[in-house]
Amino acid sequence: MWSIIQIELYKIYKRPRTYIAFGAIAALIWVIQMGLKIDGEAYAAFLMKDINNTLIVDGKVLNGYLICYILLQLLLVHVPLLVALIAADMLSGEANLGTLRLLFTTPYSRTQWVLAKFIAASIYTILLLIWLAALALFLSMYIFGTDDLFLMKSNYVVLIESQDVFWRYVGAFVFASFSLLTVTALGFLMSSLANNSIGPIVATISAIVFFTILSTLNIPLFNVVKPYLFTTHMNNWKEFFDIQVTENNEAITGSILNIQKIKTSLLVLSIHIVLFVGASVVIMKKKDVLS
Amino acid sequence: MKIKCFAIVGLLFFVSSSMTAQTNVVVEKVRQKLALVNDYVAEGVMKTDVSFIKASLGKVKVYYKKPNLIKVKKDGGISLLPKGGVSITMNSLLNTNQYIAIASGKQVYQGKNLEVYKLVPTDDQLEWVISTLWIDPVESLVYKTFTTTKENGSFEITMEYGAYANYGLPSKIIFGFNTKDYKLPNGITLEFGDEAPVSKEKAKKNKKGTIEITYTKYTINKGVSNASF
Amino acid sequence: MSIIKVDSLCKNFGSLEAVKDLSFDVNEGQIFGFLGQNGSGKSTTIRMLLSLIHPTSGHIEIFGQDITAQRNQIAKKMGAIIERPDLYPYLTAKEHLQLFAKLSQKKISASQIEHTLQQVGLSNRALDKAQTFSLGMKQRLGIAIALVHQPELVILDEPTNGLDPQGIADIRHLIKDLAQKEGKTVLVSSHLLTEIEQMAHQILIIHQGKKIALGPTATLLDPSKSLMKLSTNNDVLAKEKISQSEFAPYVLDREEGIYLSIPTEKIAALHQYIVTAELPIVSLEAKRSLEDYFLQITSQSN
Repeated sequence: MWSIIQIELYKIYKRPRTYIAFGAIAALIWVIQMGLKIDGEAYAAFLMKDINNTLIVDGKVLNGYLICYILLQLLLVHVPLLVALIAADMLSGEANLGTLRLLFTTPYSRTQWVLAKFIAASIYTILLLIWLAALALFLSMYIFGTDDLFLMKSNYVVLIESQDVFWRYVGAFVFASFSLLTVTALGFLMSSLANNSIGPIVATISAIVFFTILSTLNIPLFNVVKPYLFTTHMNNWKEFFDIQVTENNEAITGSILNIQKIKTSLLVLSIHIVLFVGASVVIMKKKDVLS
Repeated sequence: MKIKCFAIVGLLFFVSSSMTAQTNVVVEKVRQKLALVNDYVAEGVMKTDVSFIKASLGKVKVYYKKPNLIKVKKDGGISLLPKGGVSITMNSLLNTNQYIAIASGKQVYQGKNLEVYKLVPTDDQLEWVISTLWIDPVESLVYKTFTTTKENGSFEITMEYGAYANYGLPSKIIFGFNTKDYKLPNGITLEFGDEAPVSKEKAKKNKKGTIEITYTKYTINKGVSNASF
Repeated sequence: MSIIKVDSLCKNFGSLEAVKDLSFDVNEGQIFGFLGQNGSGKSTTIRMLLSLIHPTSGHIEIFGQDITAQRNQIAKKMGAIIERPDLYPYLTAKEHLQLFAKLSQKKISASQIEHTLQQVGLSNRALDKAQTFSLGMKQRLGIAIALVHQPELVILDEPTNGLDPQGIADIRHLIKDLAQKEGKTVLVSSHLLTEIEQMAHQILIIHQGKKIALGPTATLLDPSKSLMKLSTNNDVLAKEKISQSEFAPYVLDREEGIYLSIPTEKIAALHQYIVTAELPIVSLEAKRSLEDYFLQITSQSN
């Protein structure tokens, strides 16, 4: 099994398309970092307009931790689209090339192949996330320095001490890996249904966009299905950056406001991953390879 | 009739100026006590309690230098301070003689018999418009002030005293101020879906904000460089 | 010994019957020619042999093992090229062979990979990416992939597609060598009889999913024999009677009709036998050769 995972990784490594996502992420992060480096103060002043009416915020608000948060907010919505480029091509791309039949004539079962390909796509996804973390977090920390994380949410502000931030990013990235693996699994499922590359990629992206819209629209009819949609849970990495307060409104260092929400989201995402991959295995096992 | 009128005006002037002279004694004693302090560096713990802010306790250092330089610095972090409120401390109110103090009665506050004085600035350039002081005439300590500023609203400051009471320096100081509504559009924060605020925050929405500093140590009159401000 | 044993194989795609009740055996060390027009069901059958398509019914045994139960074990001893050579455009010829050598679960040395490239005439392009290859070169690389792990059974579906005459001759020699020098069993499909007849020991012809003819090439294509088609009112009775007569060895294994590949001098005796045995005959037609027959069948459908 490990040898076919290696082979799948080798093929991903050799494929030029692999590097599009890495390049796109690097370019996006670089542009945002440069923009904030040059004109970040104005952006921060705009965000803090309401607060500045009452309070003076003294310190390095625009530090690496906040920049990373801004980057993740912007990018984690779009990275799934980049993940879909590879994941939704894993099976259908080979079917399109005709190489799937070569693979399926080797002494490995279809289940082994599907799982190996999913694991390889997952490793790719995780590497993409590590790349994102390296650029969004570590490079931002290097360029902008670190300080407390002054987080302006829609209805309140959270000030997290600098020594209490890093582990939250570790948690957020682990959570994000589940979100992106769900997208990988969805792309994989779409890939198992088609014999061409474009169809599953477009279908995966469309599904993500469609369900994201359902998740964000506050319409009572949609609220019924929202808890079961993976897109509702994908953005809950932000929960790592909300903090509990005591009766006296003192923030409790090291706490997470709603850890249950994170656990529920991880469970829902995991169930989606298992269902999507399981369905892919069943479909591929039954499929007649006609390409 | 004219003579009567002049007599009444003259009497009033006499009464008011004699009252001012008396009240100035209490306020002056406070001023003199505070004047003992040329500068200090105080270490303490700051707590921010504003309905829309979640912040933990943070270590702070407060730097003061006559006549009115003051700076609160969080130990390597971001600090939130009421706008304009910190600069209007007891020292900055009283370290000049540019005010008129008017006695406004007596009040029992936290078991102490305090005298209430209203300070009106005589210099139009000063930032504050009026300030009310609750003073313990025996200890010459100010326990509470309520100051209205030109640009930054009103602030209530309450103080508790301990080891540094001889210098008129509090062991605990609480800045109270009115907060305005805070709201950022979801499109900017990219927070969609669940409504984020917790009920506790909503309940506190209309409360006043406070920032509380509990001082653990003062270093008095050892010199503070201007670079600290 | 039968390397491949196919029994009553059927495959339906919806209402389309792609393969109908197909049975045949391929013996060890044989080159087995699988002949049929494009769309006749050759590739579907080959895909079923390779477990790429699930049969609707029927049974396949390869190396004496059931293909459904022992697929992975069987696959280790098989190499195949299916229809067209499909490759990873971003990998070189050598990388392809290294990749599939690894997938074979056998230890394949670097020299074996070199040897296989040499066998198919691609040594000088070993380090070039597949996307730079012509169709013929891709076909050669596809064959190399099928051979790199030294399989005992080689299944080649239309291996000469896209090759020039010299390339076709090279592949023909290669296939012959695989059987003669290396003792491999080769199942090779084509839609060209001329290609198959030059190398196959045994030929199976299918048309519209049904077996038309199966027999040794020497028998099916012997110029000293004539192909006779006997049409009767009762084929079952007629077949039974003939199988008990002196003409039994000449009866061909056909799904429909009664065909005999008979020495030309015995045609008169056959006529006499039909009359004497009172077979319910409708007609007795002479076909010139298997090729005529094949062309006739395929042209009918066209």
